[in-house]
Amino acid sequence: MVFSKERYKQLVERASPPSPLGKDCLLAFLFGGGLCAGAQGLCALYQTWGLSLPQARTAVSLSLIFLSALLTALGWYDQIAKYAGAGTLVPITGFANSVVSPAMEFKTEGLVTGLGAKLFTVAGPVLVFGVTASVVYGLVLVLLQALGVPL
Amino acid sequence: MRPLGRGVWQFSLPPRILSQGAVGGRREAAGPLGGELDQTFQDTSLGKVTWEQAEAALQEEALSLALHKARLAPEDLDLVLAGDLLNQCVSSTFGLLSFQIPFLGQYGACSTMAQTLLLGAMAVDSGACERAAAVTSSHFCAAERQFRLPLEYGGQRSPTAQWTATAAGAVVLSREGPVQVERGLAGRIVDLGIRDPANMGAAMAPAAADTLLRFFQATGASPAEYDALFTGDLGAVGSQLLLELLGERGLDLSSLHQDCGLLLYDRDRQDVHSGGSGCGCSAAVLCGRILPRLAAGEYRRVLFCATGALLSPTTQQQGASIPGICHLVQLGRA
Repeated sequence: MVFSKERYKQLVERASPPSPLGKDCLLAFLFGGGLCAGAQGLCALYQTWGLSLPQARTAVSLSLIFLSALLTALGWYDQIAKYAGAGTLVPITGFANSVVSPAMEFKTEGLVTGLGAKLFTVAGPVLVFGVTASVVYGLVLVLLQALGVPL
Repeated sequence: MRPLGRGVWQFSLPPRILSQGAVGGRREAAGPLGGELDQTFQDTSLGKVTWEQAEAALQEEALSLALHKARLAPEDLDLVLAGDLLNQCVSSTFGLLSFQIPFLGQYGACSTMAQTLLLGAMAVDSGACERAAAVTSSHFCAAERQFRLPLEYGGQRSPTAQWTATAAGAVVLSREGPVQVERGLAGRIVDLGIRDPANMGAAMAPAAADTLLRFFQATGASPAEYDALFTGDLGAVGSQLLLELLGERGLDLSSLHQDCGLLLYDRDRQDVHSGGSGCGCSAAVLCGRILPRLAAGEYRRVLFCATGALLSPTTQQQGASIPGICHLVQLGRA
């Protein structure tokens, strides 16, 4: 091959249009912000129905997970997320979608070897590193307490 | 048949293309070539339980159509060369199972149509077969779940990403027919270090440039001898890069060049980002547009250069670069 890798890298960088960052950020802000505002409204609504604040917050999480799962199953979630990006990825909705979508996708390979084995193909790393981080956080907390640092 | 150089051949008594079949899915039907495909399916699953079965059905339909047009039965074919993108080329296995035609499985990623067409032409030219078929397919949903993420996962695609076509094409090669296979070239594996699987046009463009430079050097042909040059499936980014690479070597093919990935869809109207890809993309464009236009005399002579990105999900996750390949077939009105 007569082309140099370095030269080609420059050509590729010039020819490849970047993701529209400004638009992506704005849409993520609007969708993500809207979602959180809606969730806050839901929290207030649940409280008027007699739930305590901690109960209402749990109910909100459950509601968002349910709605995400429902929209994923209906095939609408990815259509919204195409525009919303991080706006639907970062809240708990993204986690729900990342578990439900492989469940739907791989059920053709069976309940155990498909759905069961591949349920966490997308969310798995979040769980692994999330749990690891919480363990490290807990250890740091114990250490600080043992040293008598006021927390 | 005689060699014009390493991996470049001239067919002295060119084998012919007797018939072809092109099928596509819903998005392909809605694209600019929708009316030129022999059959399209509004149901992406083709009534099957799995996407793999749906893709197999596309191959079955494409070959059935090609056989039907030539008024041939499966028993009239001595050999079928076929491949696809799925692991172990299962779309070809299950799609062609019922035909019971002697089968040689092929893998060339998205270059499979040119690869099988070239080998089929060689098989007919050598006298090994009286008639041979070349078949390939791809299915968006089957490819997504194997190479990327679950279909319903809410992610964003980058502007350089390409859309795997839900389509298939089949060609019947023989000693008679309106189109002839005049020359062929086997591509070299070319790797300029592109690692982004969402920019496969960039990964494949150097292979296409290498193939075209080798072809014009070995044959001494002039671009003026051709009505069109079709690359498959570089998309918008890869097409621009190909023309730039060729331009740097003093070969200007911009007036001839068209890309199957840009022909199959309307990028302004259809959400395909950089264009189409997948074995079925160049196959459907070849069988739906190029061959019928050659047969009708709208083109006298064209170059069909299908490009493939030779990656696997495993090597990609291991950080390996994406080698490309491009096989070329020169087709002419008989």
